[in-house]
Amino acid sequence: MEVKKTFAEINEKIRKGTAVVVTAEEVIEIVKQEGTKKAAKKIDVVTTGTFGIMCSSGAFLNFGHTKPKMKMSKVWLNDVSAYAGIAAVDAYIGATEVVEGDPLNIKHPGEFRYGGGHVIEDLVAGREVKFRATAYGTDCYPRTKFEKTITLNDLRDAFMFSPRNTYQNYNIGANTTDKTIYTYMGILQPNLGNITYSSAGQLSPLLNDPYFRTIGIGTRIFFGGGIGYVAWNGTQHDYDCERNAKGIPTGGAGTLSLVGDLKQMTPEYLRGASITGYGCSLCTGVGIPIPILDEEMLEFTAVSDADIEGYIIDYGTKYPAAEPGNLGKVTYAELKSGEVTVMGKKVPTAPLSSYPKAKKIANTLKEWIEAGKFELGEPTQLLPSPRNKE
Amino acid sequence: MNITKKIVLQFTNNTVDQPILYKLIKNYDLVPTIIKAEINPHKDGFLAIEIEAAKENYKNALAWLKSIGIKVTSLDEQVIWNKDKCTHCGACTGACPTGALYIKRPEMTVDFNSEKCIVCYQCLKACPFKTISVKF
Repeated sequence: MEVKKTFAEINEKIRKGTAVVVTAEEVIEIVKQEGTKKAAKKIDVVTTGTFGIMCSSGAFLNFGHTKPKMKMSKVWLNDVSAYAGIAAVDAYIGATEVVEGDPLNIKHPGEFRYGGGHVIEDLVAGREVKFRATAYGTDCYPRTKFEKTITLNDLRDAFMFSPRNTYQNYNIGANTTDKTIYTYMGILQPNLGNITYSSAGQLSPLLNDPYFRTIGIGTRIFFGGGIGYVAWNGTQHDYDCERNAKGIPTGGAGTLSLVGDLKQMTPEYLRGASITGYGCSLCTGVGIPIPILDEEMLEFTAVSDADIEGYIIDYGTKYPAAEPGNLGKVTYAELKSGEVTVMGKKVPTAPLSSYPKAKKIANTLKEWIEAGKFELGEPTQLLPSPRNKE
Repeated sequence: MNITKKIVLQFTNNTVDQPILYKLIKNYDLVPTIIKAEINPHKDGFLAIEIEAAKENYKNALAWLKSIGIKVTSLDEQVIWNKDKCTHCGACTGACPTGALYIKRPEMTVDFNSEKCIVCYQCLKACPFKTISVKF
């Protein structure tokens, strides 16, 4: 008989404590052992996880009103500027904003020791942050200066709103020039000295639902150690992309906008990052549960590193020049082995995204669901995808 | 029996101008390979070396270095990988030229073999979370 399950049925099982939940790594072996049909019948939810640097991240903060009142037009947290061009005591701290006075890349490669991502980490870690604001003063908001040491608890509201997270797949970095280059794909050694990649592969959320059949607006997720939601598709969400025979995108492809309460999050899953020669960012932990609505969903979640391919891009020539072209295609199984062959040369590989952390996230989410603490959020609207076109 | 050790000699401005390496070779029959050396404007400095020597000679050489005021530490005490702060992303493994920082498979966790470290500082640049520090 055909396997058909609804979100409501799976949630009912979660409430009863009878839902069968496995991680996106465990499901691969189960399908090998038991076959798709049997596995689809048995498994209700597959949990995914990823922990990597996601530059398009940030948080909306509300500082609460001062006495007398103030329409804060410029604000800083530990001397990192936050965007205050919104209501009186609201601001948005972005992950890549660099601390004022940083030498940047004047002496290349710059270190970028502190920025918005570090402010976010400091806040969730409960550390004190120096807050400073200036304003031009109005009749209703007369105050023009304010300074205070604050912690996350002092903020009236604080929620992450990251406009582009959890890239479905990504470029694989290499460098054919004769100079070391410092990129967001890490340090790339000259003459194809190394290769870097940044995806949790088989554990990665959007590679387990390649056509966005179940992940949509309102999907409840693990976000930075707390509970969050998919708010929208991410910026640059590209669904009409090249896909391999299994339907897996071979490039960046889909992205998500994520929202979640910063006060629930932990510094274990939100880490400020310094990318030498490039800038500051935030390493973010995200996990998304995939409901096994039918056999096809189970097949999607059984994707393994050997099925996922990506293009090696030359960050020394083509990428910065915005020119097309690549140095070949490899699978994540090859990348994870530690060495790939590019243009006839054996090149060592290094990941930039933490597989052990991704696994821990998928396992944590599994525990939450098994304990009945986390129910699936059914999307109120699906995201743009070749399958979901109106 | 010969032993091989990676050590760091720390000089003060009283000892920095002495021919230490020469004496280690001549008087104690040590075979040093220099890994890294630095002297700052205050004339303090360090010399990181790999030493091959007979066990007894090595022991005597250490006693002599101590007697003239040179602090000797093991190299792995100087290069510190903070395992708890490490996210095991693996970025450092792409920069490390000797495989001292490497990935254990299939777990994909990062590990550090200080024996292979040559104190090139590449990992300091590669780690986004500053979990590796070098103290001299």
